[in-house]
Amino acid sequence: MGDLKLMKGNEAVAEAAIRAGVDGYFGYPITPQSEVLEHLMANKPYETTGMVVLQAESEVAAINMVYGGASCGRMVMTSSSSPGISLKQEGISYLAGSELPALIVNVVRGGPGLGDIQPSQGDYFQATKGGGHGDYRMYVLAPSSVQEMYDFVKIAFDKAFKYRNPSMILSDGAIGQMMEKVEISEQTPRRTPEEIEKQCPWATVGKPTNRQRNIITSLYLDPYVQEKHVLKIKAKYERMQKEDVLYEKIKCDDAEYILVAYGSSARIAQKTVDIARKQGIKLGLFRPITLFPFPSKELFEVSKHLKGALAVELSTGQMVEDVKLAVECKIPVYHFGRYGGVIHTPVEIFNEFKSKFLGGI
Amino acid sequence: MAKVKGAIVIDVERCKGCCVCIPACPQDVIQIVKEVNGKGYQYAFPANHDACTGCINCAIVCPDGVITVYRVKVES
Amino acid sequence: MDINEIIKPENLVYKKTKLFTEKPLSYCPGCGHGTTHRLILEVIEEMGIVSDTIGIAPVGCAVLAYEFMDIDMQQAAHGRAPALATAVKRLMPNKFVFTYQGDGDLAAIGTAETIHACNRGENITMIFINNGIYGMTGGQMAPTTLPGMKTSTSPFGRDVRIMGNPLKITELLANLPGTYYVTRQAVHTPNAVRKAKKAIRNAFEYQKLNKGVSFVEVVSNCNSGWKMTPNDANKWMEENMFPFYPLGDIKVPQLEKA
Repeated sequence: MGDLKLMKGNEAVAEAAIRAGVDGYFGYPITPQSEVLEHLMANKPYETTGMVVLQAESEVAAINMVYGGASCGRMVMTSSSSPGISLKQEGISYLAGSELPALIVNVVRGGPGLGDIQPSQGDYFQATKGGGHGDYRMYVLAPSSVQEMYDFVKIAFDKAFKYRNPSMILSDGAIGQMMEKVEISEQTPRRTPEEIEKQCPWATVGKPTNRQRNIITSLYLDPYVQEKHVLKIKAKYERMQKEDVLYEKIKCDDAEYILVAYGSSARIAQKTVDIARKQGIKLGLFRPITLFPFPSKELFEVSKHLKGALAVELSTGQMVEDVKLAVECKIPVYHFGRYGGVIHTPVEIFNEFKSKFLGGI
Repeated sequence: MAKVKGAIVIDVERCKGCCVCIPACPQDVIQIVKEVNGKGYQYAFPANHDACTGCINCAIVCPDGVITVYRVKVES
Repeated sequence: MDINEIIKPENLVYKKTKLFTEKPLSYCPGCGHGTTHRLILEVIEEMGIVSDTIGIAPVGCAVLAYEFMDIDMQQAAHGRAPALATAVKRLMPNKFVFTYQGDGDLAAIGTAETIHACNRGENITMIFINNGIYGMTGGQMAPTTLPGMKTSTSPFGRDVRIMGNPLKITELLANLPGTYYVTRQAVHTPNAVRKAKKAIRNAFEYQKLNKGVSFVEVVSNCNSGWKMTPNDANKWMEENMFPFYPLGDIKVPQLEKA
C-alpha cells in the first residue's frame, strides 16, 4: 500500500500528474480549481521529474500549449473550471481532429455565464457531446472522491494514448475542494525521448532521415477525405463503448428502483439509498463512471427488473437524457436537479423519489 | 581575362508567369512567352540566354523556386 | 558557347532546396510566401538541423505550409502558433522551433499569444508575413492595413477614425524584454532576399543561445488582394508599405553591437 495523504481533490490531480510521469501542465487560474496549478508550482516537479509547469496568459493559450506538447507525443494536460473550459473548446476540437492524446480536467462550477464558484454538473452536455465544433467526443471520467481524482489521471492518460483522443476528468467544485485521505502511488518515471518516439511514431519531434515527415493537422480540404477522417474518429468512439466503459452498481441486484447519479451527486445519492433501505425500500444506485462512453448497455441490463429510475444531477436535466436512451423508455425515468451551485440533501432526494414512485411523501 | 557565362533552366510547368524574375535580371535575359503551360500560365523563358551571367538573381526572387542556375568561367 | 555545355551538374550554382516537397506551392503568382518558405528551408538545410526542427503553420494563406516543407510540422488554430511553439520548445529545449504566421494570425486574433510568448522570452523563432490584408479569405482589412488602403471590408479606404489604426506590432514586440532579435525584411528583390535570408539565419542561430524570441517580419505583397500585377504590387509596396513599415533591424543583440 502506498503512502496515505490528506489532500484536496485539486491537489490530488496535481500530485497524480507528477507521479504518473506527466511531461507538461499548462494552466490558468480559475476558482474552484486553482489548487492544481498552485500545488504543482509549490512542489516544483521541474526540478525532480523534469515536468514542465507553466501558467499561461489565458485558457486559450493553455489548451493550445497542450496541443503543441501533445503533437510531440508528450503527456500533457490542463485544468480549469466551466467558463475557462468553454474558452478551451476550440483547442479541444483541434486535439480531437488532429488525433492527439491529452487530459483536460474540468472542476465544474455553477453557470451559465460567470455563474458562481459552487459545485455544479451543468457541463455534462459540453463534456459528453463534443463541446467544441465538429463531430467528436472525449473520453470522460467522473470521479466521486478525492482518491478517484488521483486515480483517474492515469486512466485518462492511458485511454488518451490508446485512442489518440483527448480525455476529460469531469469533476465539480465539491470534489475539487473537499479533503480526503488519498493513497499515493509510486513515482512513474517520465518516458525517455526514445520511448516516446517508439510509442508515438506520429509525433512531430524533428524529422530523421529514416522516416517521412510527420504532420499534425485537422485540415482535410477534400470532403471525401474529411469524411474518411470522421469515420476513423467515429470508429474510436464505438471501440470505447465496447472496451472502456466504467460504472459502479450499488445495491442494484435486488433493487426495484434505482437512482442514477455521477460525481458528487452519486455520493449524496448513496446516502439516500441507505435511508431507503432502512425503511425496507429496495432502492439501488447506478453510478456511471465514464460519462462518455455512457454505460448504456449495462444500465439497460439493470433496468430490466426495475420499476423506475430517478436521475439525480446538479443540472436542469442533462445526464437524464442518456439514462432515458439507455433504458429505451421501458421504465419511467424522472429527473431531480438542484441548480446554480446548490447541492441536494439525501433526504430531499428520498422525498423526491417517494413522490415520483411511491405516491407521495 | 576570364568571363562568366551563365545558363538558367526554368521548370515551365511550375512557373506561374508572375514576372518577378524579369526586373530582377540585370541582363534582360528573361521574357514571358505567349503560349501557356499545363496550368494555363504564360511562363518565363530565357529569350536572351547569351547575356546570362549566372548571377542567380532570378532564381532567388522566384517565389516558386522554378529556376535552376548554372555558371562557368570562360577564358576569352 | 552553347547553353547545353553550361547546363551540367558541375556548373550548378543555384537550385531549389531539396527541403521543398514535390507539391506545387498553392500561393498566387508572385506571392512572397513562396520566397519566404524557401529561405527558411534553405537556412534549415544549410544549418543541417532538419532532424531537430519543428515548424508551426498558422491559419491563413500559409495554412498548408506543411504541405510544402519536408520537415515535421504542426498546424495551429488561428493565432495560437506561439502557444504551441512555447510548449514544444519547453518540452524539447534542444530542438529548433519556429512559427510562420500572417498579419491576421499574429497581430489580430493571436495578439495575446504573440505578446506573451515574446514577453516570456520563449526561445523560438517567429516569422511574420505582413502584407496588410487577409489574403486567404479574399482581401479583407487586416490589423496592418495602411490608412486609406482599400480592402473588401474597407472599400473606400481604411478610415482610421472608424476602423482604428494599423498596428506596428513588430516595434511593440521589440520593446518587450523577452525578444532578443527583431528585424523587418522583404523578399521582392534579389538584394532584399539576400538580407532576409541572413536575418532568418540569424534568427535560427540565436535559438542556440537561449536568449529569447528571434522575430523576423517580412513585409510582403498580396497582389491578388491588392488587385495589382506582382511587379506593380512590389512597386506599390516599396512606395506605400515601406515608409510605414521601414525595413531593417529593430532590435539587435547587445553583443553584436559592441
